[in-house]
Amino acid sequence: MLKVTPKTKKILVPLISIFAGFLVGALIMLIWSYNPFEAYSSMFSSALGNMNGIGETIREATPLIFTAIGFAIASSAGFFNIGLPGQAQAGWLTSIWIVLANPNMPKVILLPLAVIAGALAGAVVAGVAGWLRAQFGTNEVITTIMLNYIVLYSCQYLMQQVMSSKLRIDTDTTKTITANGSLKIDWLSSMFGDSRINAGIFLALIGVFIYWYLMKKTTTGFEIRSVGANPYASRYAGMSTKKNIIYSMLLSGGFAGLGGVVQGLGTYQNYFTQTTSLDIGWDGLSVALLGGGTAIGILLAAILFSILKIGGLGMQTIAGIPYEIVSIVIAAIIFFVAIQYVIGLLFKTRKASVEEPEQKTDGTNTANTTSTEGGQR
Amino acid sequence: MENTTNVIEMKHIVKDFNGFKANNDINLTLRKGEILALLGENGAGKSTLMSILSGLLMPTSGEIDVRGQEVEIKNPTVAKNLGIGMVHQHFMLMESFTVLENIILGHETIKGPKLDFKKAQQQIEELSQRYNLNIDPKKKVSEITVAQQQRVEILKVLYRGADIMIFDEPTAVLTPQEITEFIQIIKELAKEGKSIILITHKLEEIKRAADRVTVIRAGKSVGTFDVSGVTNNRLAELMVGRHVNMKLDKPSAEVGKTTLKVSDLKVKNKQGILALKGLSFALRAGEILGVAGIDGNGQDELVRALTGMQHVDSGKISINDEDMTNQKVRKITEKGVSYIPSDRQKYGLILPFSISDNLALQNYYHQPYSSHHVMHYDLIHQHADELITKFDIRTTGSSLPVSDLSGGNQQKVIIARELDLDSDLIIAFQPTRGLDVGAIEYIHQQLLLERAKGKAILLISYELDEIMQLSDRIIVLHDGDISGEVKPEETSDEELGLLMTGIKKEGNALA
Repeated sequence: MLKVTPKTKKILVPLISIFAGFLVGALIMLIWSYNPFEAYSSMFSSALGNMNGIGETIREATPLIFTAIGFAIASSAGFFNIGLPGQAQAGWLTSIWIVLANPNMPKVILLPLAVIAGALAGAVVAGVAGWLRAQFGTNEVITTIMLNYIVLYSCQYLMQQVMSSKLRIDTDTTKTITANGSLKIDWLSSMFGDSRINAGIFLALIGVFIYWYLMKKTTTGFEIRSVGANPYASRYAGMSTKKNIIYSMLLSGGFAGLGGVVQGLGTYQNYFTQTTSLDIGWDGLSVALLGGGTAIGILLAAILFSILKIGGLGMQTIAGIPYEIVSIVIAAIIFFVAIQYVIGLLFKTRKASVEEPEQKTDGTNTANTTSTEGGQR
Repeated sequence: MENTTNVIEMKHIVKDFNGFKANNDINLTLRKGEILALLGENGAGKSTLMSILSGLLMPTSGEIDVRGQEVEIKNPTVAKNLGIGMVHQHFMLMESFTVLENIILGHETIKGPKLDFKKAQQQIEELSQRYNLNIDPKKKVSEITVAQQQRVEILKVLYRGADIMIFDEPTAVLTPQEITEFIQIIKELAKEGKSIILITHKLEEIKRAADRVTVIRAGKSVGTFDVSGVTNNRLAELMVGRHVNMKLDKPSAEVGKTTLKVSDLKVKNKQGILALKGLSFALRAGEILGVAGIDGNGQDELVRALTGMQHVDSGKISINDEDMTNQKVRKITEKGVSYIPSDRQKYGLILPFSISDNLALQNYYHQPYSSHHVMHYDLIHQHADELITKFDIRTTGSSLPVSDLSGGNQQKVIIARELDLDSDLIIAFQPTRGLDVGAIEYIHQQLLLERAKGKAILLISYELDEIMQLSDRIIVLHDGDISGEVKPEETSDEELGLLMTGIKKEGNALA
């Protein structure tokens, strides 16, 4: 076992997870007689080898940054928010709808309005789960999964029954949004080889900064982290667990909603009926875990994920590897990320304390906050 | 009695936990039919040594001989087959099962496909009679007292055929009367040829019960002594490794105005049953009011009601003449209440947070530590460093996680944070639980200092010694009510013990 400081461990473990994932991916490709070197080089060359690829990679990373922040905020408060897909979807449809309904509004009003409304829609969906948890102690894993379905089918209903036919092409697809509500920036797109890169990435970078500042510098972040780490001690310190539960879920859902907004106003320029929960929601969860919940970690992990996704397409077209294999490679990497805990066992963190660990063998020391925390999840 | 055969010899036992030697060359010999006390501070390695003997841990090196044969106790089953049984400090009983079911659990007598309850019951009744345990095997565990539950644990060990019995801090949960009975029981067991190891840090009990005592300190054996030939003071010195002042220096109280007034307080517990049945008492500035009683007689609810953590059903709590009944936790704290919880890791600290964040838990939200919701970490760190020096918290830095600290230093973090609030009322709930003698001394001195400053201190503790040493007055809680109020200099352990079981003063039996 290697002895490292906790900080080094925090960096080493995800790096090893990524490496192990690539290694397993290579083994799988070897088994099916594909050349892993060719495959990986085509992956990186298509994701990063030209301006269009870079633009697309950044574009793909944008919503993931938002959903990952959403997951990380809830996670700091001790919640497992797996309702990110539904919250993102609510943000997506809401923002598109607002833009389509106001074709003549000036951009300076309409775009911020649509972005904020999308964030609010995500916040409301997550807030329901937060309120149920705070008021009745309902398990948020169950409520957020169910809310994913509720949003999925409500959106279908809204598209088919509620949305005016003037706003849509058919019951499954809306019209394309007008320029006054779009996040597209022409010079940016042309700079990156006519890719779909958009202003969303700037919003995402601001989001990363806000997330860092909120969690590390404000009393709100301090309270959210306290309640997440030990709700009992937080209550004794006069914090309201209920308030913080709801706050963190609203913030979490708000960020997830923005993930959907950049997907709509940036990438696709419309909304179309989804048949399954949004990928950006699930991937955001993995990104947050891989990034260890830190602002910089999330940014880097989101870029890695989009390299895998965009590069995966290149593996298919250039190296001729079926997308199924590409998916396995991506899954292998996510798998190793998920079992970070096991990889973490390779290292022993060095205790920086001068005291000997005298409590460990003592029966009177019954408190175990990690187990109560675990029970909440 | 020919008491000289050794049933257990543990030689040069070493147990290494990742470089930390919990046991470092310990020797222990248990003779047949004796009661051997194992004395040491928390963390000295007593529990580790006994876990090795009962097969829960394997020693890193060393030899164990049982009845002259070298053995390797790989797991608890091996220990059981060797006739070694342990009564744990926290009972391992299922409340909704009967005594009988609990005893045979894992060791069932089977008749065909069925459990043979009749035969088991007969055996248990025989054992119960033989050792005067007076246990009805058909009662549910939830219906019997803590002392009786302990006897069920003893029966469990006997039923499994043990003749070497280990008791881990057995008297921690008992009243003085129950302790006397317990000592009679183990003496009886020893007379019948059972060999007994008694893990304890209470010197008085060693004097009363044990034949010999083995003292360990910081993982090493200090020595084994005949109890009759060694004084309490000497034992304390051997245990701690330096001279200890057994008596606290306590000047007489200078009592001021009433700080806390509780009248007719009624509080329901989670099950909706009245846990506090109309409690009334007052606490004045400059005095320490001790609340004695057996665990579970309303102490938790009293503390939770006073700190605003639990809804009060009726009655009134006033602090400095202001009604604080059912107020928010933070409002009560700001009104002038500091609180030292009994379970420091669960209620007092956020373990993954740094020492400085933990020290800021009560003041992070206001000036100068934050303004407009933005935290000023430089000031928080600076203040933390001041507190670390003032309260002698042993650490290399305020940014370390508080979980890295030892129990005593963790408690100092809480004490530093709470006393720094400069509140008029200090609620200390088991403030020295699980701490070593040095840390206990320190905390007791801090409380006395606060008393000298004119603070009102409510001390709730299950340790009678602590209550007797520190309090100016003592109220005894029994079944959610006060069964008596006494002065420490006018009362005895026996009187307190009777009050704790609900027998009121002046012979008035409780209805």
